[in-house]
Amino acid sequence: MQDYNVLINFVYVVSAVLFIFGLKLLSHPATARKGNLLSALGMFVAVIVTLLDKNILSFELILAGIVVGSAIGVFTAKKIEMTAMPELVSLFNGIGGLASLAVAYATIVSAEQINVFILTVSVLALLIGAITFSGSVIAWAKLSERMIGRPIVFKGQVVFNAALIVAIVALSVLVVIQPSVATWHIVLIALALLMGVMFVLPIGGADMPVVISLLNSYSGLAACAAGFALENNLLIVAGSLVGASGIILTNIMCKAMNRSLINVLTSGFQAVITSDVKIEGEIKPLTPEDAFYVLEAAQSVLVIPGYGMAVAQAQHVMKELQELLEKNGAEMAYAIHPVAGRMPGHMNVLLAEADVSYEQLFEMDEINARIDTFDVAIVIGANDVVNPAARELPGSPIYGMPIINADLAKNVFVLKRGMAAGFAGIENPLFFKQNTRMIFGDAKETLGNLVRQFSS
Amino acid sequence: MIAIYLLFILILAIVVGFELIRKVPSTLHTPLMSGSNAISGITLIGALSLSGGEHSQFATWLGFAAVALATINVVGGYLVTDRMLAMFKKR
Repeated sequence: MQDYNVLINFVYVVSAVLFIFGLKLLSHPATARKGNLLSALGMFVAVIVTLLDKNILSFELILAGIVVGSAIGVFTAKKIEMTAMPELVSLFNGIGGLASLAVAYATIVSAEQINVFILTVSVLALLIGAITFSGSVIAWAKLSERMIGRPIVFKGQVVFNAALIVAIVALSVLVVIQPSVATWHIVLIALALLMGVMFVLPIGGADMPVVISLLNSYSGLAACAAGFALENNLLIVAGSLVGASGIILTNIMCKAMNRSLINVLTSGFQAVITSDVKIEGEIKPLTPEDAFYVLEAAQSVLVIPGYGMAVAQAQHVMKELQELLEKNGAEMAYAIHPVAGRMPGHMNVLLAEADVSYEQLFEMDEINARIDTFDVAIVIGANDVVNPAARELPGSPIYGMPIINADLAKNVFVLKRGMAAGFAGIENPLFFKQNTRMIFGDAKETLGNLVRQFSS
Repeated sequence: MIAIYLLFILILAIVVGFELIRKVPSTLHTPLMSGSNAISGITLIGALSLSGGEHSQFATWLGFAAVALATINVVGGYLVTDRMLAMFKKR
């Protein structure tokens, strides 16, 4: 059989370029879809050309694997609800980790000439893959509420984790020294899987966006380490692109919550900060009928959605109301806090699904600069991300967190079921402000009511 | 020497990655994540030679598992990203 090695590696270069340009086109919503296609093309040519590899002798298993994988992939991609994207991404992270684990494990057991470098990077890929897999499964269980969301901690957990890390390091060395002892492999994989579980358990459900971003990065790093083990450039390039992406997103999420990554990862071990600040003022409820008159006169309306809007499935009614308000001559905008959804950019996808133009979606900083020009700000299912305590109450647990300054708009409508505190369990002084009116009830019904009044 | 050469590629790729991804607007962060899920399915090309090569039976089956898993990532990741990006419209 001919050796296509040069051709294969040349096509890998083309693939890497396609991945890079694909990501570049992702810098604008108008070109993003083309970018994704370019990236998929890069993957396709890489897979096809790899099949020319002279080491590949049988194609039956490969074909079977691809058929099974494609069927599952197509099915999930078509079926998944947009609200469940965080769970899906979390599962995909886990699957990526598991794939890297399998590749690394196969490399270790099939290595003919013992090479310390290859063994070391294979063990690294094995470890990162296993931690990514089990950590993602826990994150998925927490996100889909199959598991309790609050941090799970037990006595002696810190000591246990430290012992676990020591054991993993010791076994990794053993595997590198004695690669043919199967027992070491199995114990090492088991310990690494346990490590992934222990890593995510103490993190609360509200912090899962940070965890999935971080695990996203890990899944890339696992592919990268596997690339070192197989001495494959394309794996290294693609893996580090993903790794970089995950780290940037993790950083953005942490900044948006004004916390360090270490703080998020160890939050379960810290004492709960309580605040006994009493808030002055009174709650002023408003009926949807009265709200209608204010909205009818409004020149500009800002919508500040939170995950509660998606839970109430209110985004489609909101879009209807938006069209009516626009017909009435009002300027419409949506302000989206980085942690508004359950993963980075989640709220934007949910609004795009409801057919809201991406040109009307604004980032926090852009909108804060001109928030005082809006006649009405409607807060739907958001709480902590508009909590002015972050700005004005030193001592509040969220003090210093960047927020959307909803309270600076001329009028604020808060659509809310009742007076329960937000995800973080913190009182919200916004509800007591002079210019705030509370519209109690289900957000979808309230918005529907407003739509009916506009239509009649 | 090969380790240094691979490290060289790693460093350059990380720098390019940071520069590119910093420019992705927050609106597209979810598609970015699902799209990078698909890219991390690149492990597939590593799995191919392990699954089709002449290795021990155990290694071959591990290779098969890796091919199936990585294909889920690649196919599922690109499709769901495309589905999302198709919804981003300007009016």
